[in-house]
Amino acid sequence: MSFSVTAPSTRQKWIAGILVIGYALITLLPLIWIVATGFKSSPDAIAYPPKIVFDPTVEGYVNLFTTQTRLIDGNAEAVEDLPWYEKLVRERGNTIVGPSRFSERFFNSVIIGFGSTFFAIVLGTAAAYAFSRFKVPLKDDLLFFILSTRMMPPIAVAIPIFLMFRNLGLNDTHAGMILLYTAVNLSLSVWLINGFIDEIPIEYEEAALIDGYTRFQAFYKVVLPQAATGIASTAIFCLIFAWNEYAFAVLLTSGTAQTAPPFIPTIIGVGGQDWPAVAAGATLFLLPVMVFTILLRKHLLRGITFGAVRK
Amino acid sequence: MSDPSENRAGAISPKPSTSRFRGISDRALAWTFVAPTIVILLAINIFPLIWTIYLSFTNYRVNRPNRDVDFIGLRNYERILSDSDIWITMQATAHFLIWTIVLQVLIGFTLAYLINKKFKGNDLWTTIIVLPMMLSPAVVGNFWTFLYQPQIGLFNYVVGFLTGADPSSFSMIGEVALAPWAIVIVDTWMWTPFVMLICLAGLRSIPDSIYEAAECDRASKWRQFWTITIPMVLPFLMLAVLFRGIENFKMFDLVVQLTGGGPGSTTELTSINLKREAFEKWRTGYASAYAIILFVTVFGLASIYVKALNKVKER
Repeated sequence: MSFSVTAPSTRQKWIAGILVIGYALITLLPLIWIVATGFKSSPDAIAYPPKIVFDPTVEGYVNLFTTQTRLIDGNAEAVEDLPWYEKLVRERGNTIVGPSRFSERFFNSVIIGFGSTFFAIVLGTAAAYAFSRFKVPLKDDLLFFILSTRMMPPIAVAIPIFLMFRNLGLNDTHAGMILLYTAVNLSLSVWLINGFIDEIPIEYEEAALIDGYTRFQAFYKVVLPQAATGIASTAIFCLIFAWNEYAFAVLLTSGTAQTAPPFIPTIIGVGGQDWPAVAAGATLFLLPVMVFTILLRKHLLRGITFGAVRK
Repeated sequence: MSDPSENRAGAISPKPSTSRFRGISDRALAWTFVAPTIVILLAINIFPLIWTIYLSFTNYRVNRPNRDVDFIGLRNYERILSDSDIWITMQATAHFLIWTIVLQVLIGFTLAYLINKKFKGNDLWTTIIVLPMMLSPAVVGNFWTFLYQPQIGLFNYVVGFLTGADPSSFSMIGEVALAPWAIVIVDTWMWTPFVMLICLAGLRSIPDSIYEAAECDRASKWRQFWTITIPMVLPFLMLAVLFRGIENFKMFDLVVQLTGGGPGSTTELTSINLKREAFEKWRTGYASAYAIILFVTVFGLASIYVKALNKVKER
């Protein structure tokens, strides 16, 4: 066992550990509360004092996926033949009249998220490779221009985009939102992938060129496989951005192409905001991002600082 | 930087090849690769920007397409800069910016410092702390209104439990005195991990040998902290502050969902105010001038950011 003057003592480690874990638990509390509220019944969700122990129910999830109305004539049909979710709704004196819009909105988020990520990555990788390996005139200015597009407040950009999309018939369409998010994500993908490609030694390509590969072949047979991990994590960052984006979505979409973030806060049950249903929607919406965050943890810092800090 | 090697590669590469891309020179390939990105950014960012500049000199209103559009010079700008409501908005934004940055830097640095003590399982807990940062601000902000409910809200209950106050006696988002703090608290909860991660990278970049040398010189731990740790982490901390500054200057989604700018206009940050002018009052020309003023401000911040970024990279 080696002795080091700079290593923290065991006691220091204990104190640090307890403080950090304490903070982590407090910070986790709102997230736990979202998940828990999704499984509460409406009376349990708004009980005082807040209920920590409760009978779990999937009522919130049923409310999330269905539209309901008050049941007027209760015993019109035999209750035993009804599916389980209808029985659950009947207990509250309601009946299901159809599916809600949640699954549509969720699916819109998936299409627009993956669509814009695909284009941002394909175009961004090409541009990043060119910036990294070729002499592009005004390279630094172009890179700064690309980054600066990300600095603009979305609401300020939204005014002309709104007018432009209206003239082109792109308002409230999937194509319009994919185009817009591609443009916003391009700055991130160019900057991050540029950094990843810079780290690949140029000698590999030179060797390939000597072997008779063309530039293009060297690009997709040598550089791409080397940069694959970096490109994949960049893709997840783009996906998370498009998934979470709210300002453009709320201004430019209202129906057909509306994504989940503007929709979830508008979930209203029979009589007031239905918190278990909102929490259920939030849980389904946030969970994929939490999983991705855990997968990304090694590249997290690099992604959120546009490659400025590399661990 | 890589010019010599590139020329070398270029001189060697014209070898017989089976590719259909054989005829394409490096230069042409470079432009084919860069052009689509530039074209999209020109179409979605620069063209709209130019249009906004044009609109900012007019009295155009989207909801009255048949009215004549008059060119009114700088009058929109004059009106904005002399409007006292704008300054109220700016004050709300300044309060939000200053307090979120102060709290996030203090808590974020402390957490990073503690995590850097490398206790068992610190990686796992770091990942858990980071979670809120990656989530949708709109969805999370909306749920926080539930936590902030008087009586039934978890936040009010916990505060009541700790201080003995009645949980139904205060409303974080309904009271003029509390609402500005309600948004500061949620933003701090979400974004402290960001500052923490950057500080952690800074702390980990300090080589042990510097501390060992200081030990040999019998410098106290306190002195080591102020003369080694702080100066070495400072560039990273500055970067974090600039990032948070720019992001929170643009803040929209979280606060719109939390307070909607209310009560009254106590939490009406610039983006929310701009949205109201542009998409509720439909004063397009006026809002365009407003947007240009914000552009200029953010661009000022952005150029400072790039300078700071280069400084950090030089180290």
